[in-house]
Amino acid sequence: MKNKLIVSLSPHVHSGDSVKRNMHGVLIALIPAFLTSLIYFGLGALIVTATSVAACLFFEWAINKFLLKNPEVSILDGSAVITGVLLAFNVPSNLPIWIIIIGALFAIGVGKMSFGGLGNNPFNPALIGRVFLLLSFPVQMTTWPTVGQITSYTDAATSATPLAIIKGLIQKTPGVSLDQLPDSLSLFIGDNAGSIGEISIVALLIGLAYMLYKRIISWHIPVSILVTIFAFSGIMHFYNPDIYVSPLYHLLTGGVMLGAVFMATDYSTSPMTKKGMLIYGICIGLLTVIIRMFGSYPEGVSFAILIMNAFTPLINMYCKPKRFGEVAKSK
Amino acid sequence: MKKLESTLKNMLLVLTLVTAISVAILASVNALTQGPIAETQANILKEAIGQVVPPFDNNPAEQMDTVTLSGQTINIYAAMKDGEYVGSAVEARASGYGGEIVVLVGFDAQGNIYGYSILSHAETPGLGSKVDTWFQKGQKGDIIGQSLEQQELKVAKDGGTVDAITASTITSRAFLQAVKTAYLAFKGNTKEADAASSATTQVKSTDDDSSSSELTEE
Amino acid sequence: MKNLRIVLNGIITENPIFVLLLGMCPTLGTTSSAINGMGMGLATMFVLICSNTAISLIKNLIPDMVRIPAYIVVIASFVTVLQMVMQAYLPGLYSSLGLFIPLIVVNCIVLGRAEAFAAKNKPVASMFDGLGIGLGFTIALTLLGAVRELLGTGKIFDISLYSEDYGMLLFVLPPGAFIALGYLIALINRFKKA
Repeated sequence: MKNKLIVSLSPHVHSGDSVKRNMHGVLIALIPAFLTSLIYFGLGALIVTATSVAACLFFEWAINKFLLKNPEVSILDGSAVITGVLLAFNVPSNLPIWIIIIGALFAIGVGKMSFGGLGNNPFNPALIGRVFLLLSFPVQMTTWPTVGQITSYTDAATSATPLAIIKGLIQKTPGVSLDQLPDSLSLFIGDNAGSIGEISIVALLIGLAYMLYKRIISWHIPVSILVTIFAFSGIMHFYNPDIYVSPLYHLLTGGVMLGAVFMATDYSTSPMTKKGMLIYGICIGLLTVIIRMFGSYPEGVSFAILIMNAFTPLINMYCKPKRFGEVAKSK
Repeated sequence: MKKLESTLKNMLLVLTLVTAISVAILASVNALTQGPIAETQANILKEAIGQVVPPFDNNPAEQMDTVTLSGQTINIYAAMKDGEYVGSAVEARASGYGGEIVVLVGFDAQGNIYGYSILSHAETPGLGSKVDTWFQKGQKGDIIGQSLEQQELKVAKDGGTVDAITASTITSRAFLQAVKTAYLAFKGNTKEADAASSATTQVKSTDDDSSSSELTEE
Repeated sequence: MKNLRIVLNGIITENPIFVLLLGMCPTLGTTSSAINGMGMGLATMFVLICSNTAISLIKNLIPDMVRIPAYIVVIASFVTVLQMVMQAYLPGLYSSLGLFIPLIVVNCIVLGRAEAFAAKNKPVASMFDGLGIGLGFTIALTLLGAVRELLGTGKIFDISLYSEDYGMLLFVLPPGAFIALGYLIALINRFKKA
């Protein structure tokens, strides 16, 4: 019989909050975005997401078992599933299976297990996987299928994303004009080319509302990112509306919403205090707009989040909360 | 042998001596390699031109002419064989996706595209950076041998006949724009080059230097 | 026998890249292909052998307080000679290594070996130390270059092993250098332990 009397340190009263519970909450919050992706990309979205999740689970299990020789089974805590889903959400729905598997290996192997597994990784594993794929297979990663081809996978017809058009305007490329952009309503519900999970703003907002309601995340990071992007791109828009599009477009296109809600808020890679979260969010917003406008890639959210992931320990160091009972030093 | 003491006199003496020997060695090596280096530098530009125009026996780098076209100063190098004009290499620019693309476009005497090479670009690695091979002979976007006399070269998306680089329409458009600029400059210049090739052979040494250093950086 | 041990020490026990982690700048910057890595390694080896021998020969003539400037002048002279010769006779390699050739002057391996070995040992031994460390550096750079070239473009020394379409471009780009080097060192440490 097992010993039921356990001697342990405080706290003894537990709210029931656990890694597993939070991860399952995040997964529930991702459901609306997944459903919209099925509506718009159909089979492709299903294949990519399923492959990505299965590959992430397999690599986490295999690395734990054969390389780290860790007796604990960590694949059931849900974090590998989330990494798999988020990785799939960040790639086009016509991505070949072998590329997804390489991405999953990189996300789990390099991004997470190299550092010692969940909680020790300084960078968001799904973003590591995505950025690795973007830099390694730029052609496949930047040809997005047009929405509405439910039954096609790698053979889907492709089209330019709104972000490529925005970039073209800034570069003053011949043949690119403002009226090629889809209207903001179709951007809002998700009727435009893009990565699997990033297209539908409304679905992502439902996810955000759910996570805020369940207190899985706090509002600080997503709101500070979105407000900063809106303000900064608004200033640029007023400076020259001919080449810098309206700030609303910057919020509605690309991975801003997905990044702000699901990627930047990853626990182990974002600051712990509220003040730190605000600094972190504002910097992500600034970097995103800078990369979008002046960088050589059309999208900057994933790079911005990874860069700020690297600064998180520094932010944590300078935004330490006061110890209980500590008195501010008199000057 | 005992180690020298660190007195001011010793230190000054040793450092002066070491430096003097070093200067002497470097001066002699420099004297030896100066010739070959200048030769290699000149050959780099000549070889770049040689890749894009029909075979020639003059030194086109010295036959440089400049044309100003819509604000751009364009260098044109005329290639001659047995005293006869065989083609020109034109250095044109256009702004691509990541920055300026500098293309050396070669035309034969009839004005058909004979070859091209990218002198510098800042396009995305793996996407737009394919521009240096994509439009070459036998590749997907082959433009070699075409003439711009009747029709402009355009990517398929804009109703043209050229296959754009996969996922890099903007780079492809910019490249074709540069080719067009090169052609206009070439056309505006051919008669001159034809009739008075000897009159345009003035070598501006400064221009020559800058263009060749650009090539070595490539 | 003693000289052989010095050479092996440079290649294995004190491999400048995998063990000492010195000279990271050219290591990360020039290894986008096996041939570039090898060219950089050989260039550094030439400077190491020459500077180690020369410094060992004149070590007693140099007062302690000015030894660093004197060593730097010696090293810089050899690097400049190398640079001029490469520019004249190997323009292709010279332009692909570019700035990294003059930067050999400040490569800490070169000055480090001058200080740690050449200044305390006889000329012949110093020459072999330069050879060993240089070979260790060359092998490490070639290995790293080969790994990056293979993963990035499917080729090694320009010999195609699989289609370039399957190459992971990241490994040819700067971040790939860090990742590949990290895993190579991890792998080597693992074998050393076993």
